[in-house]
Amino acid sequence: MGAKAGSSPPVVPPPASSATSFFPSINGLKLKTKQQELLIRVSILALVYVLAFAIRLFSVLRYESMIHEFDPYFNYRTTLFLTEKGFYEFWNWFDFESWYPLGRIIGGTLYPGLMVTAALIYWTLHFLRFAVHIREVCVLTAPFFASNTTIVAYFFGKEIWDSGAGLVAAALIAICPGYISRSVAGSYDNEGVAIFALLLTFYLFVKAVNTGSLAWALASAFGYFYMVSAWGGYVFIINLVPLYVLVLLVTGRYSMRLYIAYNCMYVLGMLLAMQIRFVGFQHVQSGEHMAAMGVFFLLQVFYFLDWVKFTLNDPKLFYSFLRIALTCAISVGSLALGVGMATGYISPWTGRFYSLLDPTYAKDHIPIIASVSEHQPTAWSSFMFDFHILLFLFPAGLYFCFKRLSDATIFIVMYGLTSMYFAGVMVRLILVAAPAVCLISSIAVSATLKNLTMLIRAKNNATPMGSSKGTASLKASAKASSFDQPLPYQRNVAIALLLGAFYLLSRYAIHCTWVTSEAYSSPSIVLAARGAHGGRVIFDDYREAYFWLRKNTPADAKIMSWWDYGYQITAMGNRTVIVDNNTWNNTHIATVGRAMSSYEDEAYDIMKSLDVDYVLVVFGGVTGYSSDDINKFLWMVRIGGGVFPVIKEPEYLVNGEYRVDKGAAPKMLNCLMYKLCYYRFGEVTTEYGKPPGYDRARGVEIGNKDVKLEYLEEAFTTSNWIIRIYKVKPPKNRW
Amino acid sequence: MGKILMVPALGRILLGLLLLASSLSALGSSSPSPDVRILSAERRVDLTSSIVKVYLTLKVENSGASHASDIFLAFSPTESEHLAIIKASLPEGKRKKKKYIPLDVNPTELSEAPNGAKLFSKQQFIEVLYILTHSLEPFPAEISQSEPQLVYYRDSAVLLSPYHVVEQILYIKTPTNKIESFTRVDPTNRAGTELKYGHFHDHPPYYSSPILIHFENNNPFAVVEELVREVEISHWGSLQVKEYYQLKHAGARHKGVFSRLEYQARPSINGASSFKELVAKLPPRVNSVYYRDAIGNISSSHLRTDYQKSELEIEPRYPLFGGWKASFVIGYSVPLEDFLFESPEGQHYLNFSFGCPLYETLVDSLTIKVVLPEGSKSPSAVLPFGADQYLEKTLSYLDVVGRTTVVIKKKNVVPEHNVPFQVYYNFNPIFMLAEPLMLITAIFLFFSACIAYLHMDLSLAKKA
Repeated sequence: MGAKAGSSPPVVPPPASSATSFFPSINGLKLKTKQQELLIRVSILALVYVLAFAIRLFSVLRYESMIHEFDPYFNYRTTLFLTEKGFYEFWNWFDFESWYPLGRIIGGTLYPGLMVTAALIYWTLHFLRFAVHIREVCVLTAPFFASNTTIVAYFFGKEIWDSGAGLVAAALIAICPGYISRSVAGSYDNEGVAIFALLLTFYLFVKAVNTGSLAWALASAFGYFYMVSAWGGYVFIINLVPLYVLVLLVTGRYSMRLYIAYNCMYVLGMLLAMQIRFVGFQHVQSGEHMAAMGVFFLLQVFYFLDWVKFTLNDPKLFYSFLRIALTCAISVGSLALGVGMATGYISPWTGRFYSLLDPTYAKDHIPIIASVSEHQPTAWSSFMFDFHILLFLFPAGLYFCFKRLSDATIFIVMYGLTSMYFAGVMVRLILVAAPAVCLISSIAVSATLKNLTMLIRAKNNATPMGSSKGTASLKASAKASSFDQPLPYQRNVAIALLLGAFYLLSRYAIHCTWVTSEAYSSPSIVLAARGAHGGRVIFDDYREAYFWLRKNTPADAKIMSWWDYGYQITAMGNRTVIVDNNTWNNTHIATVGRAMSSYEDEAYDIMKSLDVDYVLVVFGGVTGYSSDDINKFLWMVRIGGGVFPVIKEPEYLVNGEYRVDKGAAPKMLNCLMYKLCYYRFGEVTTEYGKPPGYDRARGVEIGNKDVKLEYLEEAFTTSNWIIRIYKVKPPKNRW
Repeated sequence: MGKILMVPALGRILLGLLLLASSLSALGSSSPSPDVRILSAERRVDLTSSIVKVYLTLKVENSGASHASDIFLAFSPTESEHLAIIKASLPEGKRKKKKYIPLDVNPTELSEAPNGAKLFSKQQFIEVLYILTHSLEPFPAEISQSEPQLVYYRDSAVLLSPYHVVEQILYIKTPTNKIESFTRVDPTNRAGTELKYGHFHDHPPYYSSPILIHFENNNPFAVVEELVREVEISHWGSLQVKEYYQLKHAGARHKGVFSRLEYQARPSINGASSFKELVAKLPPRVNSVYYRDAIGNISSSHLRTDYQKSELEIEPRYPLFGGWKASFVIGYSVPLEDFLFESPEGQHYLNFSFGCPLYETLVDSLTIKVVLPEGSKSPSAVLPFGADQYLEKTLSYLDVVGRTTVVIKKKNVVPEHNVPFQVYYNFNPIFMLAEPLMLITAIFLFFSACIAYLHMDLSLAKKA
């Protein structure tokens, strides 16, 4: 834009003369405006920083300062362990409280980045004598990193477009619902810090490519290391970056800068990443990381060929050399890959990776992945919900990027397109797409606003004499048109467009605030509902049950529940569980699924073989809470049936329909899960005017009201019946 | 109540405690005088709650020529183990103005009793109140949800005393008239909720006649196994109190099924012995009250405040049945001027109530930590009864050397222990400024560093 402004003065002499007369004052003003601009920029950034933090505090205001959902409880528990016992104990932690009787090597099977980050913040604060509780640190880690992400987004935007785009990007990402959904206060999950790390790595890498500086490349390697330590999503980086390099090679944008940046980032990043125990040698052995290695070798070959071409200085000779060299390289590479695959040295792609490339894969092959709601393909509505106007600005931004193609814009385009694809495959990957969408949209917003304001401001100067020019037969593109030849009503249209843009942006802000406060701030441990008189009713049943377990069961009691609640039981109930959310052993989960879907006597044998003392089920029939175990039950059947063919899904269905009322399948009415959920429920009147035993979650009267338990007894039921705990009776005397 | 008034003219009446076991010889010189007789003894045992209260009225006569300085009360070993507090008073004057003398439960201190105190030249009434904890034994020890809770109370029908007792009577009050059984010792009377043993006449010293009463008691057997109260003084105007409770239902253990359906439908029959609500009496003008536990806020509590007291109704997360436990934290802050005063010697002193704020709840082990402001010197605690004390350092917000903390520990605390205690200390108000100054310095340094950074060129190669 600056170049255009510079080219315009020769057209008309009068303003130039006026400019000279104002020159000294303008010069003085100019310095001042520069300072003003800096001040405005810094204060906007500071405000955005605060905003990003503040908007994520809705959950604390509406509920309390608590850890949300499922996985964060595991992270919280491990962080607690880390701060209490120290790093070495943490690294060598064998957890016998989960996956009974197998246990879990925690230190080797988790990404420690989040816990170490929180512990470091905690230790720093305590060193500075701020006696905060570790829970508060954990709760506020995600908002804090979201704030930091806005700063990174600013610099990233500045790198790929200009500082205006950077500011817009920072503002957009600060309140983007797609990102907020995983980074509200209390959502103490890997993603909270990982998105920061992801964007930082990308920014540093683009910076390295743009400058060719070893220092930036090194920084991006460290950013990558942090990302690897924080989240399994690092695989996205290690595939996107080589893909980007490949695209640059193909489009003839190969440069020494790229060579330096990629080599340094890959080699150092790889070495650093291998220090994370959970990744270790996977980084050089597994199929997901092979693309990066291939591109690394390709880059060497490319460089080598470049050098040969330079030394030979003879096209003919070079081409024959090229042919031989390429054939050799490709055959050696494919041979190495083939041998590696055949000997099992290079592991094949994992199911999760497959399911990313092929959305239907998980449904057919891995029910345990498909059963998780956040692994479902994304609906259009949730795109709209999470991105709002960004969804429309995204293509516009892509247009601008293509208009001004550079190494940096190519990167952001590739990041945007690939992450959008993945966001379409899995709901939770909207999160990964959010920064890219915000950045690309910010380019659209910034460029449009800049052009429009320029039109308006140029008009001010140009109207005195520019109105005489009638032949405005230049390109009608308002955004790119030079303002010395204005169209009729150009200014009014520009103002209207500007107002429209502000309207859209303010709608975006309103939408984001609403979504955050209404949809994304629920901790899902505490359920809130509107009472009959409009008051807020809180169902705190989860914690009631977990605390009961913690206080009133033997310290070594083993709790069997569906795996969703495993982390919460170990963290809040402090009791041993059979399976938990770290779904590493499908057979074990299937065993629990089988127990839940068997008849009571069969289930009793399974439970005895697993030393189960208590069984915990989640039941929403009294309150109308729909994500309970009955609604999840078909997944238990499917996962159980996947390993144990005794369990057959059709036996639980009636004409392919899943029912719990009188018409339900007999096996369904007598399986353990049904019995445990509906034990003595037949005597309860849940809703006025409905028969007793009316299930409010499913809106039917249950089919088996006379549930008798032989091998289990009710140990505890929470005040709203959401959690029911049963004690497994000791075996009967044989004599 | 609980004023320690030593009127010299009256002298001192020392009520000693002795164990019936072989420890008698340890008492040394001050053994019970054989000349003293108890003319009449009336015992009223209150069994209506989980805490046993015994009101004892003695009419004592010294027939001997020598002065009797001490009056001894005898307790059986189990009783002495469960004895929480004992208070004695002399009904003095027409209006029965009472003077309470606190007692130590340590027999060795008896030998140091001041001699030459007043002699009972004639008959004298003495009123004694003592409280026994954990003295009701649930039987059956395990009950199901629908059963009422029955307990045993063991005592002696006649007063265990080192003196000859001329005439005595024992009244036992039970919470309801549901008494399963009781030992009969003639004459025994039962009327409604009251059992009457006596009158008995002329029992020699150390005579005892064991009785056993089996009755229904569905009162909450709430026992705080461990209570830690942290009182933090901030001279900026507030007193923060944080109380950590380990609560237990110490009644008959719950056995078998817990049915929420039964509990919700017929709470009076099903789970009669359980409790789900406790009331804590907090100081007036209390603010920022919270009630939470290890896993977060507990959303069932109500606070009622008036100008005399505040009452916090708390519900644990689940109703407590026999043997069930819960733990929670109550925290609040109160204005400093209500509790911090300056003594005539120029020392500051905190005047705060000892004991557990929960009504009708006994505490097995109580720890009070008074965190004094940083820079406080020569702390000393003044208590109306004996307790373990020591000093600690606490590190809290923006502390450099740590805050001196006075720790007071006491076992077996009952609501009667809710009397004020004082912690005296010296504090120079200039130390109040230390923390704000530290913050100001830190922020100032940060800004100076920013300014310095912006004005310095750190690049090695000068740009052209």
